[in-house]
This record gives sequence, C-alpha cells and structure tokens, in this order.
Amino acid sequence: MNWTKVDFQMFVGVDGIGLFKYRCSQSVQPAPIGCTDWPILPGLPPGSLVSSCLVSCWSAMFVWVPGEHFGDEFGKISKIRKVPALRDGDFCLAESVAIMLYLAEKFQTPDRWFPADLRLRSRVNEYLSWQHSAIRMHGSKMLWMRLMIPKIMGIDVPKEKMDGALEDLNASLTLIEENFLQDRPFIVGDQMSLADLVAIVEIMQPLGAGLDVFEGRPKLSAWRDRVQASIGKDLFDEAHRGILGAQDSMKQLDPSKLELFKPKILRLFF
Amino acid sequence: MATGREVQLYLDLLSQPCRAVHILLTRTKIPHRVHSVALRKGEHRTSEFSKLNPMQKVPVLVDGGFILRESDAILKYLATTFDIPEHWYPWQPERRARVDEYTAWHHSNTRPHAAKVFMLEVLLPAQLGVPVDRRRLDRALSDLDVTLERLESMFLRRQPFLCGDDITVADLLAVCELMQPLGSGRDILKDRPQLRRWRSRVQSAVGESFDDAHAVLFAVRDRHRARL
Repeated sequence: MNWTKVDFQMFVGVDGIGLFKYRCSQSVQPAPIGCTDWPILPGLPPGSLVSSCLVSCWSAMFVWVPGEHFGDEFGKISKIRKVPALRDGDFCLAESVAIMLYLAEKFQTPDRWFPADLRLRSRVNEYLSWQHSAIRMHGSKMLWMRLMIPKIMGIDVPKEKMDGALEDLNASLTLIEENFLQDRPFIVGDQMSLADLVAIVEIMQPLGAGLDVFEGRPKLSAWRDRVQASIGKDLFDEAHRGILGAQDSMKQLDPSKLELFKPKILRLFF
Repeated sequence: MATGREVQLYLDLLSQPCRAVHILLTRTKIPHRVHSVALRKGEHRTSEFSKLNPMQKVPVLVDGGFILRESDAILKYLATTFDIPEHWYPWQPERRARVDEYTAWHHSNTRPHAAKVFMLEVLLPAQLGVPVDRRRLDRALSDLDVTLERLESMFLRRQPFLCGDDITVADLLAVCELMQPLGSGRDILKDRPQLRRWRSRVQSAVGESFDDAHAVLFAVRDRHRARL
C-alpha cells in the first residue's frame, strides 16, 4: 500500500471513526495506527492519533482529535470547531451532512448514495434537512438524560421531563416509519442512500443509554436489518461498538473529569 | 423550462422558511402559485393539509405530482431544476459544499435561537394571553447572541455573503430567520454593524421580493406596537 499520497483527511472524534469508515464506503481496510508512522502535517492538532483507510477508490487519513479543546489551530480546519471535519488540499469543510454530500459528488460514489435524479436527490435532502431538529435532537437527548446527566450531575432527570423527551422521540420514530419509509425498503426507494445512513446512526443513539427503540417497531427493525445487510454486518457492528458500549464506558469514567459539561447541561435541560 | 409549468407552493409568510422560498421564487421569476395556509388558524393541522405534509408544516412544494417538504430541500430543488442564476446554489463541489455546510448548521443554530425569541415575545403571549417570561427570554437572547457572534466570525467573516462573493440560498434562510424577532419590534442586529451590512446587501440583491415577503411580519410588528 502506497500511503505517500492521501486524497483527503478526515478529522473525527474517537467515536466518529467507525462512522466515517462506513459512511465512505463498504469496503474498508484499516492500516496501522500511530503518530510516528506519519509525517507531521501542518495544522494537525497536537496529540492526534492517525489512522488510514483504503476506502474503495480513494485513500483517506482519519485523524482522531482529542476531545478536550478545539482551539484556534483546529478552528482553521473546522470553522465550527466540531468534529467531523474534512480537509481536501486547501479546502476545509465542517458539518457531517455537508461532508458526505461533498464526498459523494467529488469522488463519484455509486449513484444510490446521493442519486443524480433530482427528485430522488430531493427526497434525500428532505430527510437530511428534517432530521436535524427531529430524530437527531431527540435521540441525543435520550443519551444525555439517561446516561450523561445522572453520571455528571449525580441526579436523575425528573420524570416529567423524561416522559416529554420520550414522547418526542417516539413521534420522530413514528414519522420515520410512516412518512419517510412507508412501504419502501429504504427511505428513497429500493436502495440504501445517505438518508438511511444518517438515519441509522441517529436512531442507534438511544441504544447507548439502554433504550431499545426497535422494540415494538417491526417496520423499523426490518429496515435496520436491511441497512445492516447493505453496509455489511462487520462494518455496521464495528461502527456501533462505541455507542453500544457507552453504558460500560460511562461506569469507568471519573465524573470529576466531566465537570466542564455542567454549565451546558444546566443551560439545555434545566 | 416547460411552458405552462407552474409550481404550487403552500405557505404562510409569517413563517421564516416560507419567506426564504417565496423570495427565491419571486426574485428569479419561477412560475408559481401560492396557496395560503394560515398557521394562526390551525390550517396546517387539517386532515387535508396533512395529506400533503404529515409533519404538518409549511412550506410544501408541489411540482406536477411531486410533493416536497423542508425549505432547505425545496430551495435546492428549485435552484437545480429551473434555469436560474447558478450562484444561488453553485454546481462546483467546493462552492456547493459551503452552502450545504451553512444550511446544515442553520437547523441547529440560527433557526431555533432566532425563532425562540419571537415565540417568547410574540407568539406565546398572543396565544396564551400571558406576559412574557423574562427569564426564558433573557436566556434565549443570550443564546441568540452567541449564534450571531458565530455567524459573523465563522461564516460571514470578510465575505460579502455567508458562503462567498455571491448571494446563495443560505443567505435567504439566514436573513429570514434573523428578521423574525422584528415581529415584536426587536432588531437583533442593531448592535452588529457587520451583520447589518450583510442584511442590506441581501436586501439589495433580492430587491422588492424582500419587502413583499416580509409584509405580513411588518404588519404583526405594527399590531404589536399598537397593543403596547
């Protein structure tokens, strides 16, 4: 494998690496991890771990960014100071949805990911737009309320707030089943697209907090199985290992290290 | 563009995303017909409208048999389907990605934070007949301030428009959200000259489409002032 030429770099958090491996392609061959194997690239945050993947027809370098601070250096790569971020030559891009659309377009991924047909493409855009303030928000909220807040604040979220959040999550899941999926195998049609990819990772979030969103939802479960088969079970499982192991990981974390989240929690949830 | 083709648009101009779509349609002269859906009368919750959009939201676009929801998707569909100037949603991947980057960020930042101020100052008091919840409003204004700071430092910077030298659909989405608090007479850009200059550039670029789209909001502002 010749690694001297890299097509682009992807900056991810520790839990993002699997996500981006399978967002890019279905056939991924990980290469050895280690800072010392790589030349120091300008703009790389200090202490980053670097991994690389041969991803179908291009090579991507995955850079694991330490979570404590996204300072000015990283701000040159990700203007919103969040992961994931992409650097392709001089071009830097943030926001996972934008990154995926860019990759699909620039690197000519198979048509079904982001169809050239404008109406099918619009269906993908419609889902990608809706999900920000719906399933993405509601799924993540579950993780915060059931896992992070009890760990960090040492209290349980009041039942009323929890019930409200659960109701919102259920409404989003129902809309996905009845409006976005309906009788189709996937959101846009017969084949998996970026819409299904973005959907599955957000729907899996609450599982990290021990909430089985698939229980009592046979249509959603069947769709998940199809998505898993389409991606490939190994890749799917690897991508979700982090989130599914979240409860165990949290048990081992020292709550005092998570103090910096307290103001954000108070602001958002109380 | 096929002759006689006219897209149907279901909207309420009190809604920010509806205004963004309306401005694009009128500015670029895409043939269209507007169907009014009065949110304050609950017309979006009727079973008839729900057939068009089970999410019970506006805007909704109908082009022949094709129904599309979500202003983000609608704007991009219009820009790529009709023969309008390319700058609205550029074809070149890097320039297009800039627009996609903003529209993604918009959903979790500009939209909720600006809308909340309007909701707390105008909608809730009008609907529930209660005074403004000052504590929540102060918090909302503080969150909005952070968003405005980010808009300036992360997106606008030294550019004329959010995504570069030309106006795009991103600017339409943003400006319509930032206009909304004007419904209570509040100009959230009054202490932000950089964003004010951007807003003026957007207004110049879209011409009379801007005031046409905002007439309803201005009327709400005038009624709100009369009540005080």
